[in-house]
Amino acid sequence: MSDLLDYPIPSDRAIEPPPEWEELRQQCPVAKVRLASGGEATLLTRYDDVRAMLTDGRFGRVIPSGGTGVGSQDDGGTFSNDPTGVMADEEQHQAWRRLVNATFTAKRVQALAPGITARAERLIDDMLAAGGPADLVPALAFPLPVWVICELLGVPEDQRERFPYWSDTALSTTRYSQEEISAARQEFGAYMAALVEAKRAQPGDDLISELIALVDQNDPRLTAQTVIGTSMALLVAGHETTASHIAKMMALFLGDRSRWERLVADPSLVRSAVEESLRFDPNAGFGMVRWVDEDIEIAGESIPAGTTVVCSLAAANRDEGTFEGADEMDLGRRPNPHLSFGAGAYSCLGQSLARTELQIVLAALVRKVPSLELAVDVESVPRKEGLLVAGFDELPVKWEE
Amino acid sequence: MKINVDRDACCGAGQCVLLAPDVFDQDEEGIVVLLDERPAADQDFAVQEAVSMCPTGVIWVDQNA
Repeated sequence: MSDLLDYPIPSDRAIEPPPEWEELRQQCPVAKVRLASGGEATLLTRYDDVRAMLTDGRFGRVIPSGGTGVGSQDDGGTFSNDPTGVMADEEQHQAWRRLVNATFTAKRVQALAPGITARAERLIDDMLAAGGPADLVPALAFPLPVWVICELLGVPEDQRERFPYWSDTALSTTRYSQEEISAARQEFGAYMAALVEAKRAQPGDDLISELIALVDQNDPRLTAQTVIGTSMALLVAGHETTASHIAKMMALFLGDRSRWERLVADPSLVRSAVEESLRFDPNAGFGMVRWVDEDIEIAGESIPAGTTVVCSLAAANRDEGTFEGADEMDLGRRPNPHLSFGAGAYSCLGQSLARTELQIVLAALVRKVPSLELAVDVESVPRKEGLLVAGFDELPVKWEE
Repeated sequence: MKINVDRDACCGAGQCVLLAPDVFDQDEEGIVVLLDERPAADQDFAVQEAVSMCPTGVIWVDQNA
């Protein structure tokens, strides 16, 4: 029992992966690990195995009551809870997803690009005007994605100082107690229920208004509770992950400044560089979790029914079998079939939006602040702990004024 | 060369539209719409990129068709 590997694997390096990833891929691609709940799970780290699992319908999306959860709290954590109520059933999920997809298609998202660019430029101008050094997280990485998702959903910005707390509690593995998580979920749920009712009375040009109108037309795919849960899930997913990645991406590019200089010299690399930052991310967080209710064989090993299966997307993204020079950051790498947005029917709903936001932020910083550099050693930047998402709580930067 | 898509299994991530907008589009539910099943050779790289990056693997190219 005592030699069981703890997952997530602790790492004391800011922009390098833990050596265990390579060891696991080579020697133990189907590994037994212990989660924060104290329960055992099976960990996959090879690209082909992770991709196979994510695209295989036999791996369920919601961990049932009694299954090994990911968090230390009583209810098992995020993957044991589903505020939308549609995730467990494949057909119900697909019907729901096709409704919500409309807001996140590539063309709908691209139509938002000029507005997102203007907002990003204004935030950067404000940061420059205030003088350096500055913390890139509150100056840009956090407020931009929050503004975007609030615009799309139709959420007023007046409560946005509560969002980080609601997000962090929803994504907690060990940071918060069950009592804190339950209280935050109730507060967040009450806020969203009131907002949905307000939209019902006075609709706007936004996703929540569109969804609640469908409920009122008796659309069988939705209930009012699903609209509330969907809005909560999208609000969390829409800013937390993107905000985290803006800081992580900039830590990677500025932590080895030759990368940044290459981008400044050739801004046409922005798109592929964003993808490579997603692939290369050593602080990718927990990964994805699935549940099997039948015996399954993967990579020649049998996984018994009733197992929680964790896949490290980040370890899979460093698999030399798929990515040549996997431990080298190649800003021009194409194609780049990384798994950072998952794969299969449950892959990230907002990935076009995330990609667009990340490309806009990176292009704007390259264009407006080519002299940008970290103001401190990247190893000294405090990192998020005890959450499903990882990253930096702050990112001090400076520039030539 | 002929491009094929499986609309039933598409999750609507839109990656193909971002990579090759002259070849792929999405309908109002986000599901892939093939605009050009036999695109010109200058689209080959973008199409291959869309094939390899599709999260559900629902795009494939038949080289002999």
